[in-house]
Amino acid sequence: MMSSFALFIVVLIYLALLFLVAHLAEKKKSKVWINNPYIYALSLAVYCTAWTYYGSIGVAATSGLNYLPIYIGPIMVIPAWIYINTRIVRISRVNKISSLADFISLRYGNSRSFSAIITIVCLLAIVPYIGLQIKAISETFHLVTKTAMSQNILTDNATFVVILIALFSSYYGTKYVDASEKRLGIISAIALESFLKLFFIIILGLFVIYYAFDGFSDIYEKASKFEDFKQKNIFNGIEGAMNWMVLCLISGTAICILPRQFHTAIIENRQEKHIKTAIWFFPLYLLIFTIFIFPIAWGGRLIFAGQNVNPEFYSILIPQHFDNTLITVLVFLGGLSSCISMIIISAITLSIMLSNNLIIPYGLLGKFKSENEIQNTRNITNIRKFSIFALIIMAFGFYKYFILKTSLDSVGLISFVVIGQLAPAFFGALFWRRGTYKGAVIGLLAGLAICYFGLIIPQYYFSYNQELKGALREIYNAFDFFSISFLSKIPQIFFWSMLVNTALFAMISVSVKGNYRERNFAELYVDIDKYIQNHENAFIWRGTAYVSDIKNILERFLGKNKTEQALRIFNLKYNIDSQTETADSRFIKFSENLLAGRIGTASAKILIEGVTKEDKISLKEVLNILEESKENITLNKKLTEKSEELKQLSDDLKNANESLIIKDRQKDDFLDSVAHELRTPITAIRSAGEILADDDDIPLDIKREFLNNIITESDRLSEIINDILYLDKLEHGEITLNIKQNNIIETYKKALNPLMHLIQQKDIHISEVNLLNQFLYEYDEARMIQLFQNILGNALKFTDDQGTIQTKLSEKENQLIITIFNTGKHIPEEDLEMIFDKFYQSKNQNILKPTGSGLGLAISKKIVQAQGGTIRAENSGLGVTFTITLSKK
Amino acid sequence: MKKIIIADDEHKILMSLEYSFKKNGYDVYIARDGTEVLEFLKAMIPDVILLDIMMPNLDGYSTLDIIKQDKKLKDTKVIFLSAKNNPRDIEKGLEMGADAFVTKPYSIKKLMQQIEEMFE
Repeated sequence: MMSSFALFIVVLIYLALLFLVAHLAEKKKSKVWINNPYIYALSLAVYCTAWTYYGSIGVAATSGLNYLPIYIGPIMVIPAWIYINTRIVRISRVNKISSLADFISLRYGNSRSFSAIITIVCLLAIVPYIGLQIKAISETFHLVTKTAMSQNILTDNATFVVILIALFSSYYGTKYVDASEKRLGIISAIALESFLKLFFIIILGLFVIYYAFDGFSDIYEKASKFEDFKQKNIFNGIEGAMNWMVLCLISGTAICILPRQFHTAIIENRQEKHIKTAIWFFPLYLLIFTIFIFPIAWGGRLIFAGQNVNPEFYSILIPQHFDNTLITVLVFLGGLSSCISMIIISAITLSIMLSNNLIIPYGLLGKFKSENEIQNTRNITNIRKFSIFALIIMAFGFYKYFILKTSLDSVGLISFVVIGQLAPAFFGALFWRRGTYKGAVIGLLAGLAICYFGLIIPQYYFSYNQELKGALREIYNAFDFFSISFLSKIPQIFFWSMLVNTALFAMISVSVKGNYRERNFAELYVDIDKYIQNHENAFIWRGTAYVSDIKNILERFLGKNKTEQALRIFNLKYNIDSQTETADSRFIKFSENLLAGRIGTASAKILIEGVTKEDKISLKEVLNILEESKENITLNKKLTEKSEELKQLSDDLKNANESLIIKDRQKDDFLDSVAHELRTPITAIRSAGEILADDDDIPLDIKREFLNNIITESDRLSEIINDILYLDKLEHGEITLNIKQNNIIETYKKALNPLMHLIQQKDIHISEVNLLNQFLYEYDEARMIQLFQNILGNALKFTDDQGTIQTKLSEKENQLIITIFNTGKHIPEEDLEMIFDKFYQSKNQNILKPTGSGLGLAISKKIVQAQGGTIRAENSGLGVTFTITLSKK
Repeated sequence: MKKIIIADDEHKILMSLEYSFKKNGYDVYIARDGTEVLEFLKAMIPDVILLDIMMPNLDGYSTLDIIKQDKKLKDTKVIFLSAKNNPRDIEKGLEMGADAFVTKPYSIKKLMQQIEEMFE
């Protein structure tokens, strides 16, 4: 057992740790924090509150499988996030949306009243829910310390824990005046808490399964002896399944539109691709969470059979039963984490809505207009700080007076049902162009009325009176007509409220003519992908406005420097002259966006409206303009595509041109080399001829020598010409190969024999290594002989007297490999590839005289290629090795 | 007797040049590349050097470069005798200080005349 004081110290240390994480993340802003999809995914687990942490164990123990829907619903819906949330993130980014109220009300004409109504709905749904968390903190605190609840809140330790949380939230939650900014510190702390609560419940689960019992099957076996075990772990027919399904629907809706979920999933989303990680990570998180509910719930029932304890707190009672203080405290901290993260995020989101959609637009806009940026910023932040603090205290009060006796589960579900009333307007905003403000508001109010009448009044009335009597009873009796026998209370009210809400929304929307502004935003929301680049273009506004007036307003919130910077960016983006005096629709939207993050979209609109004079536009006109702008956008897109195509084309042309220039230069070089090669023998022939012609008294032996020169040089000349023509034919594939089965050893010998006398002349040692198993291969023998002679001839030229030439024939992976090594000097590394180019020396060695015509290797390469093989040269040890690889047919 | 060094790596070209210059009363020295030319220059000062450009080991341009640095050789005439005949190469040779650039194939008679004129 722990004393109150000790536990309080533990809580303090724990909160200090959270402060530290928030502080470090905020200060460092390193990439690990900012671009981490897991932090984003973990922050979504703010969904698992005290209700999930403690409440669902209670549900599992008392009413069976009904604990599952709050996990199953989200798991079913989350895969659709890749489509839904991606769009919401884009819409929110483009319009600088900072809350659920902004998101919905902007779509329905940026209406101040709608955003105020949504804010109130959220407050009414969430404040009790926050109260629920405080209740869990307080009760578990007393449970762990085994102290009685104190009636005097000033002496109750739980009170101080709540105040600490309130201070933490209001400090870190209002770091930025722009509410659409990302709150790195808070989110990192929330992610850490999500991790810890899962970690602690895993520890507890393992403790129950393996310490308290002998494994999962042991619990199952023992628990199955309970009379109600079977009945609690099956669906009770169609009836049970229907209830179950509606509960899944409720939680599936809630995961999308609970303000805290909207905030973590949309406002705090840094990169769209993080959603991809979240859609598998978060369901996995929920699944792991669920796995341990069953053994803890039934283990608890076995341990405390016949005792009067609250099953919602089995998770603390079990380790306590075994006198394990460590696990007791860890579980308590896990629960605390669940509560704190929910309280913080909910309080922040509610405070943004409260300030941006209620307090500022209905009370402070006039004041803001006359003050400067510093004062305004301070005022906005203070309003939010105060709101956060006030909300938490309000929730505390709510807990103290209304939900002391009720279970965690029912309060949580009621919140879900109330928030669910926003669903038609919310999803309608995403997918339905025709939805109107009137339809959405009337549907919402009707749905709410049903919730209050059906759920809230009975729920909280019972806190004071044990049964309904008198007039109230009569009203309820009158509505008994609507009760559906096979649905329990909450699913039933959810069903009716959503039915009425959606029906009214749809019917009124289709029968009432919409307002032009809401139609404008409908296009922007539904077709967000089209407008994402130039959304300011899609905003329709006509009237008279002066840049200077609007600038004046902006300066009061952003300050002079930031305003000017923003204007510069705007002018650059749309190529507008900075001297322009009148503002166009794009500038109006741009300015509204600048203000929206600070004071909400509705207030931003009101402020800008104050200095502009808008002309009325008919709905028809708006639709025309939208059509036009859509066409423009399509046209623009086409033009962009066209210009990209053209650019591609011009790049291709440029590349082609460059390669032509290179080819041309290669051709010049080639001709140069050819000419050079030809001139050398011609010179010799000419000189000899000249001497023979002019000189009559030339000695006979010299005369003979000159004549011989003429003959050999003529041969050389024709050899070069033949080589060139032959290479040209090879290059153009004009020579047909005569491929047959031949003996490779014999072919090699045929090539070698004519060279033998030259080899002997230079006293070169020549050898063959034959590693072949068989000698028959398919190739063109004549070409092969030529190839061998070229390579061997080349080797001969470069090998000094008494050098070595060695040929090795081997087979590897169905390939015939022939290597010819010679002890000639190394080829410069950079030339190893180029030696196979015709007259390769013309490029790199155009001054040093090459040995050979420079065509032999080029011809060799073409011969090998024609037969589907490869040839390469490498410097190896004392000389150079040529490797010819032919694939075995 | 005038001394001439003829540098070329083509044996058959050298043969006819050697024969003709000897016949015309020159003291002929045969070199197969630039390095051999430089070897000769250590021991003698020739009146004329005929230089091919593309030669193994040391090419004609580099050889001329070294010759031009030697003050003893300032009166020696250097003539390029090359199969390279594009204007770029010729210009380069003359700019480097060659006294003439004769392209292959040439007339030995005219070459001889050209050299005789240089000494007039």
